[in-house]
Amino acid sequence: MGMTMTQKILAAAAGLGQVQAGQLIEADLDLVLGNDITSPVAIKEMDKFQVKGVFDKDKIALVPDHFVPNKDIKSAEHCKCVREFARKNEITNYFEVGEMGIEHALLPEKGLTVAGDVIIGADSHTCTYGALGAFSTGVGSTDMAAGMATGKAWFKVPAAIKFILTGKPAKWVSGKDVILHIIGMIGVDGALYKSMEFVGDGIANLSMDDRFTIANMAIEAGGKNGIFPVDEVAENYMKEHSDKPYRIYEADADAVYDAEYTIDLSALRPTVAFPHLPENTHTIDEIRQMEKIAIDQVVIGSCTNGRLDDLRTAAEVLKGRHVAKGMRCIVIPATQAIYMQAMEEGLLKIFIEAGAIVSTPTCGPCLGGYMGILAEGERCVSTTNRNFVGRMGHVTSEIYLASPAVAAASAVTGVISDPDDLQSI
Amino acid sequence: MNAKGTVFKYGNNVDTDVIIPARYLNSSDPAELAVHCMEDIDADFIKKVKKGDIIVAEKNFGCGSSREHAPIAIKAAGVSCVIAETFARIFYRNAINIGLPIIECPEASRGIEAGDEVEVDFDSGVITNVTKGTSFQGQAFPEFMQKIIASEGLINYINRKQG
Repeated sequence: MGMTMTQKILAAAAGLGQVQAGQLIEADLDLVLGNDITSPVAIKEMDKFQVKGVFDKDKIALVPDHFVPNKDIKSAEHCKCVREFARKNEITNYFEVGEMGIEHALLPEKGLTVAGDVIIGADSHTCTYGALGAFSTGVGSTDMAAGMATGKAWFKVPAAIKFILTGKPAKWVSGKDVILHIIGMIGVDGALYKSMEFVGDGIANLSMDDRFTIANMAIEAGGKNGIFPVDEVAENYMKEHSDKPYRIYEADADAVYDAEYTIDLSALRPTVAFPHLPENTHTIDEIRQMEKIAIDQVVIGSCTNGRLDDLRTAAEVLKGRHVAKGMRCIVIPATQAIYMQAMEEGLLKIFIEAGAIVSTPTCGPCLGGYMGILAEGERCVSTTNRNFVGRMGHVTSEIYLASPAVAAASAVTGVISDPDDLQSI
Repeated sequence: MNAKGTVFKYGNNVDTDVIIPARYLNSSDPAELAVHCMEDIDADFIKKVKKGDIIVAEKNFGCGSSREHAPIAIKAAGVSCVIAETFARIFYRNAINIGLPIIECPEASRGIEAGDEVEVDFDSGVITNVTKGTSFQGQAFPEFMQKIIASEGLINYINRKQG
């Protein structure tokens, strides 16, 4: 029986010629990741191991990014715990403030994630690296601890859903709209325990940043991983960022999928997920027919949409315009390198002139940590990945998930808006 | 091994942000996390929950973040078992890895209401609604996971395998 792309990577990492959906395997890991929230719990667990130390100091990445720069004393203690562990174990890839970034933007940029890798991370958005043709998936702190100690993890081989992407997206339609459309279609548990395998000639029309965004939100459909074939765009990215050898796997022609969906990218419209689930999607055209949705804050950033393409798009919308009176617009470049590049391209100037603020890289407001917490009843349009109850602050606050283009346009008008509607403003 | 307790009932897609909001994730102390368990979905939960009580939910319980703090908070609050139609996959792994018993059983999810007295036999997977006098067959764990649970978590399991 044929194997999916994910199954082929897992079979190779488990030293098996063939695997099938449902099979329990033990796979060798190429990278184990943790952040300042999840690593302290893993580090405590590490003490319980009979075998001390880590399996490979070069294959662990520790990225304090959630509550960093330290937001309070307790967060500072967590970060200190991670820092001391990294020092004691001589972890090569520990990223201090000043060299850090949001983990899922940072690691591909640093060349630590490449095609064919098997990666676990104690962060649910670890699935991002599937954009480069890696198998990567989120786990908890105990799995992270076991991975750091042994270099192995157990997996149930996932079944898969195939998404055939065709056509070219229109001007303001991005990877975010593609993945929100898919989640709206299949639901927040539509891919539960499964791989989401993206194929089709439409992929050539998606930038690397678009693909990172799409793979990043596979977890929001319940997926175990999201994965893209390795094409010239992905190879060029890896050659530019990494000297690690990569391995290209392709799904067999007779691979078995639980379901197949064909999505014409040219037919997609800017899409917004309403509170309180990423599956509550509406197109911008549907929203135009509704009563106007007034907002208090806009966040442009996160592991989903804090990359250079995202900032360029937001700047294109905000250039020569100003955010609505009373609007708080927070722009967060995802890494120091992105921050620097945005500065060199003049994007930061555009943001500041438009009345937005620009923050150092942090997950901050995405999970209601700091840097943009919502008060009772407030509404935010955010380029982040979750709009659960209380996610960004008060339990009655509301999050509308959208692309950087829609978020920037909404910041200008003060209501959820189509960037095309700004032409006269 | 058995669990017996009063049921707290919830719906679909109970996410990790409502199980333990991120504003409390600057702590990893189980007792401290337990105080805020389920706070954003059921502010009374922590006032009412007694040792041994059971959470029953519908589809996709534990969706969202990978924070192990979620099953840790539930376990530290005294909950002896979570029954749901389905679980989000990271929550499922985490619960097994820290030794919080969980069982998938759509029939039990539909046949149990808040306040019911429920008994769970982990060896057989049988879930009994004592209040209503009904019983359901839950999905038993694969042998591999049974070994992890019997070892009281993944770390002990690995230690035993290597020892």
